[in-house]
Amino acid sequence: MFGYIVRRLIAAVIVVVVISMATFAMFFYGPSDPAGQLCSEQGRCTQEKRAAIEEGLGLNQSGVSQYGAWAKGLFVDREIDLGVTYECDAPCLGISYNRKQEVRGLITAALPATASLVLIGAALYFVVGVVVGSVAARHRGTGADRGLVAGSLLISSIPYYLFALLAWIYLINKWGIFPDSGYTPLSENPAAWFSGLLLPWIVLATANMVVYARFSRGSMVEVLGEDYVRTAMAKGLSRRRATFKHGLRAAIVPVVTIFGLDIATLLAGAIFTEQIFEIDGVGKLALDSIEGIIDFPVLSAVVLISAMLVVVANLVVDILYTAIDPRVRLT
Amino acid sequence: MTTTGTVAESKEDPTAFEPTAGEPYLVVDDLTVKFPTADGLVHAVTGLSYQVEMGKTLGIVGESGSGKSVSSMAVVGLHDAKRTRISGSIRVGGTEIVGLSENRMRRLRGNQVAMIFQDALSALHPFYRVGAQISEAYRTHHPSASKRDGWDKAVSMLDRVGIPQPDQRARDYPHQFSGGMRQRAMIAMALVNDPKLLFADEPTTALDVTVQAQILDLLQELQRDFGSAIVFITHDLGVIAEMADDVLVMYGGRGVEFGTCKTILANPQMPYTWGLLESVPELVSDPDLPLLPIPGTPPSMLTPPSGCPFHPRCRFTGEVPGNLCERELPEFLPAAEGRGHLTRCHLRGSAVEVLSRASVKEGSADGQ
Repeated sequence: MFGYIVRRLIAAVIVVVVISMATFAMFFYGPSDPAGQLCSEQGRCTQEKRAAIEEGLGLNQSGVSQYGAWAKGLFVDREIDLGVTYECDAPCLGISYNRKQEVRGLITAALPATASLVLIGAALYFVVGVVVGSVAARHRGTGADRGLVAGSLLISSIPYYLFALLAWIYLINKWGIFPDSGYTPLSENPAAWFSGLLLPWIVLATANMVVYARFSRGSMVEVLGEDYVRTAMAKGLSRRRATFKHGLRAAIVPVVTIFGLDIATLLAGAIFTEQIFEIDGVGKLALDSIEGIIDFPVLSAVVLISAMLVVVANLVVDILYTAIDPRVRLT
Repeated sequence: MTTTGTVAESKEDPTAFEPTAGEPYLVVDDLTVKFPTADGLVHAVTGLSYQVEMGKTLGIVGESGSGKSVSSMAVVGLHDAKRTRISGSIRVGGTEIVGLSENRMRRLRGNQVAMIFQDALSALHPFYRVGAQISEAYRTHHPSASKRDGWDKAVSMLDRVGIPQPDQRARDYPHQFSGGMRQRAMIAMALVNDPKLLFADEPTTALDVTVQAQILDLLQELQRDFGSAIVFITHDLGVIAEMADDVLVMYGGRGVEFGTCKTILANPQMPYTWGLLESVPELVSDPDLPLLPIPGTPPSMLTPPSGCPFHPRCRFTGEVPGNLCERELPEFLPAAEGRGHLTRCHLRGSAVEVLSRASVKEGSADGQ
């Protein structure tokens, strides 16, 4: 088990390095011109000014050496010249072209908002989705089950951004049923934290819940046909207990897999939710960084964190497997 | 919920499901089980009757789809009530259980009536320890028992069914057991509440012959100790010869021949039973002698054949005058001789004797 984790972590590092290189290459060879844009930010752009900026950012060097400088910054302090010289302490993710701030600070500031939104929203849709799906599986073929399947198809056929936008327009803006959304740190004002995230949670949870309900329904229907569920009933357990103890324990395994990856992706930025409900999280930060000057330092940092989260989530899910299913051995 | 329920139940009727004098423990009378499906109504079991006394073993034989498992699942009440139509009568210890509430059925299941399934690997939950699964069966019917009590009971049952180092093996998961040990664990789980009636649905089919013999010995030994009635479902006539006191042959959802084990094996009166016996290899016979399969396939239970369910595959319909086999369902009637020997066949009397002997000879001649 220990050896397995070590091997997986080494593989994880390789994956993250490759992703960071790929991101870098896309930026470097792509059609972006940060020097030109930064140059024209402060009045007329002259050849000299432009050359100075390129020199400061190291844009006149080869891609490989630029990547080297960036990667080195993860381990040692570096100085970055954006016209003004910034001290960037290790681990340095660069200085935002737009905001002229350290990227690491921007991300650590945005993370609590995203975490608040995603962790509670995801817990909500996981629990509700699994319960609804299991109940539907137990009563499959009944009106309630068909209603659930139809309802979930309806909701998941609406594009999420439209769904969230409509919720915001009607439930907050027009009818005022929900309080204004936004993020206030929990430590600052718990009531404001809760009220600002209430509708985002509900919207995020509803849209994902239907997916989880359908998925766990399918998994459960399959498991309920297994012999061991029949054995549980033959022992004298009630149908309910056989379903929710013996059935769910097995049916939840594939659902947990999807959930692990889902939550990792969401933590790297619930882009639509954050943008529509004006929550200053990682997703909104990433979205803002492609407006105007393409803010490569921010983008690359978000991609890097996202990759790390997915890799770690995969590992956690695999380790979780051993806890759920005693037949699974990690070797 | 379970606690109060059980107490109320026992106050209500303390003698329910106890063996009563003057009636066999299990009496199945004119049982019919149908499943409505998208393709139509499946007539899984039709007009089935049999009885089992305490301490006796009834063997039920038949091909896949003959209704042998479906009928026993009905007795244990494992069919989903919404998807099954059951009529007729099933009396357990003198109490009618057809139409009994799910709650009362639940107290019967695993308690007075237990079941052993064919494939113990899939019938045991892969995620729970063997000991915990047995303990759960015990504690479901003994709500006042602590976790400790349940576990101790599980360990002692594992010991009873011959699992070495039961206190350690109880902590294992089913996949860590061998096939034979898993089936022993299933038996331990079924017997943990000292049931009066045990359904064994092909419990040895998935095992190799050595382990099969051990499991059969174990079941017989436990039956002597516990005095329970056993319904043994199988398609293996060798197992029947070893285990059963009485034998019921099923075909197309109906009983087609019933008698003592000796009668059925030595003096069968129904062409389907002949066919079953002819398709069994014999250890001492000529190895070049081919086995005789019964031609054709079991009938569709969506549209059961008219008349005798076996007539489309029967070699002897010509012996019965007036197309009777095709037109009319033979009744389940006493055969010419033998205690309680019943057959469902239009062939009767001396004609059967002649054909029965001829059948084997002619069959071997055909094959060569």
